[in-house]
Amino acid sequence: MGVEETLGNNVITTSLDKIVNWSRSRSLWPMTFGLACCAIEMMATGAARFDLDRFGVLFRASPRQADVIIIAGTVTKKMMPVIKTVYEQMPEPKYVIAMGACACSGGIFDTYSTVQGIDEYLPVDVYVPGCPPRPEGLLYGLGKLQEKIMAERNSFGAAIGIGERISEA
Amino acid sequence: MSEHAAVGKLKQSFSEDVLDIVEFRGETTIVVKKERIVAISTFLRDELGYNFLCDLCGVDYLGTVPRFMVVYNLYNIALKDRLRIKVPVEENDAKIDTVSVVWGTANWHERECWDMLGISFNNHPDLRRILMADDWEGHPLRKDYPLQGPDREPYQGRLQ
Repeated sequence: MGVEETLGNNVITTSLDKIVNWSRSRSLWPMTFGLACCAIEMMATGAARFDLDRFGVLFRASPRQADVIIIAGTVTKKMMPVIKTVYEQMPEPKYVIAMGACACSGGIFDTYSTVQGIDEYLPVDVYVPGCPPRPEGLLYGLGKLQEKIMAERNSFGAAIGIGERISEA
Repeated sequence: MSEHAAVGKLKQSFSEDVLDIVEFRGETTIVVKKERIVAISTFLRDELGYNFLCDLCGVDYLGTVPRFMVVYNLYNIALKDRLRIKVPVEENDAKIDTVSVVWGTANWHERECWDMLGISFNNHPDLRRILMADDWEGHPLRKDYPLQGPDREPYQGRLQ
């Protein structure tokens, strides 16, 4: 890649980055995608009591409209190609949340059929521990992802085709 | 306990093929030879009314000869009566005739048995894997299959 060319770090570009980051982090649309019992907890997080909508988190039924995929549950090796296809169909910028012990590490399923952590295949942004995590846990994870997006640099430049997003802190 | 009604009739018609009869807590298990399984199944369905195959599965008795058993759990819907048929299958000739011609539901059950234990079914219309991925190698429910998969170090315990 060589030297990363960006728009620089003056007050105009960083302000523009902030606007882009703010709009992205406040309209995180997850893919409607559940794999196991964590998906029940994910649905509970989206329902009336915890109400993800108030954070601008609306579940989308198509990967083309999704920004984040919440890997909610046990990932089997047979399911892995499907998840990969769904992930690849999501437009950039895209994020991954590994929800629950199984998605983070394989959990109790230390067996031949189970992927030992989704991070063997997808770049995970936030790990949410728990078996399953309570809705508060998932909310906290989404909050962490919002923080991470807010800290991104050159997101405006990347949006108009100059350089790439820099996401490390 | 009185003998199960099916046992006498089965013994009468297939005296040479019945290997063993086990009664346990009101459950009857008949062990038969694998060569005549289709004829016995047809007899059980047509003459004795076992019109429903609840389950068909394989069992791996690693270390014994013969190694495998195929188990047929039958149900007579009219009489609400259950019967279990077991068939020993050798390891070096892990093949048995399909009963999907007798009970249609056996089709997928036999696919599962093949997928998990590697017991092959002769004349099966569609013997493919059903649970594991198509390109999977090996039969994971066999007792000598490594639990964590063939490409991983087996778990040694966390104190090592």
